[in-house]
Amino acid sequence: MTEVITVDARGLSCPQPAMMTRQALQKLGKGTVEVLVDSPTAKENVTRLAKNAGWTVTVEDSPDGSARIVLRK
Amino acid sequence: MERIQDCGVYRLSDDLAIVQTVDFFTPIVDDPYLFGQIAAANSLSDVYAVGGKPLTVMNIVCFPSQSMDIDILRQVLLGGLAKVCEAGAVLVGGHSVDDRELKYGLAVTGLIHPQKVLRKETARPADKLILTKPLGTGIISTAIKAGVATEEATTRAVASMVTLNRVSSEVMQEIGASACTDVTGFGLLGHAAEMIENTDRGIIIRAGAVPVLPGAEDLAAMGMVPGGLYRNRDFRSAMVEFAPGLSQFRQDILFDPQTSGGLLIAVAPEKAKGMLSALHASGVKEAAIVGEIVKSPAGKIVVEP
Repeated sequence: MTEVITVDARGLSCPQPAMMTRQALQKLGKGTVEVLVDSPTAKENVTRLAKNAGWTVTVEDSPDGSARIVLRK
Repeated sequence: MERIQDCGVYRLSDDLAIVQTVDFFTPIVDDPYLFGQIAAANSLSDVYAVGGKPLTVMNIVCFPSQSMDIDILRQVLLGGLAKVCEAGAVLVGGHSVDDRELKYGLAVTGLIHPQKVLRKETARPADKLILTKPLGTGIISTAIKAGVATEEATTRAVASMVTLNRVSSEVMQEIGASACTDVTGFGLLGHAAEMIENTDRGIIIRAGAVPVLPGAEDLAAMGMVPGGLYRNRDFRSAMVEFAPGLSQFRQDILFDPQTSGGLLIAVAPEKAKGMLSALHASGVKEAAIVGEIVKSPAGKIVVEP
């Protein structure tokens, strides 16, 4: 069982969601990180950060504009 | 409806017009003196873009007087005043209101000959496009906010933002340009788009020739991308064609919203090298030819490697 960290970045504006995700990725090293965001900018920045750090990214969009981003390594 | 230009222009007589512009915003660096300089240089830029000479300015200030030391405001205003003096303009007044967040900028009035106003959309096919400052201040400002910008990136971005477009504008007028605008919140491609929108001309941008601040690429890879960049991209995507294989960063940086960005000058091809050399010789060392105006595809920007 790998550890899962959830980062709730809803309601926060850039660059905070990316920074919180970056800290979680560095802390975990590998495993699964779930990031909750509610802005297009946060979604793109978290995706960009994670891909560039070698994590696989799965985005689940919600109709209300928020998204659950699952990062795995 | 008249196309929106960088400044309002009002003709006083056959050989004299005033140009007016206003801009103010929240701090993008921690140092209040530097913020004042950046905000003032940014406000003055529109006058330089149309080829005018700043004459008088007025401060615009929003200040949280209950929660912030008044000395911070003093430093902001001194920074701004230093740039106003450098521009050869005179501070004649201003207005402040109490607000939750500090904001500062200038209302600027300048002078210009009515026949010499440089417009955005008057570039001609085969004109070269010269950009006078590197891109990346939006990404680096975001990284400064997050506390992850390197010292080199911060220093270079600040040095670029506090630099007046005065010298660039003087060189441009001396040699003669066919059109000009300044690169600010819409990014290079957003402002380039305004030069050809609803005209019979298009633009080719050579991405590899566009100067970029050091550190911007690494910081973008860390997700330090301002929301304005994505909005600029989404707004103009229908007008822009990227060559296949162009990296995501090379695409993104062309939409990075700039604070106190450079001039984007259209100049006849036979004058372009001379203007570039003159800019370099005058200290505008990072100026570069970044593309050209073309007949086809009209109304489009093609970005080549």
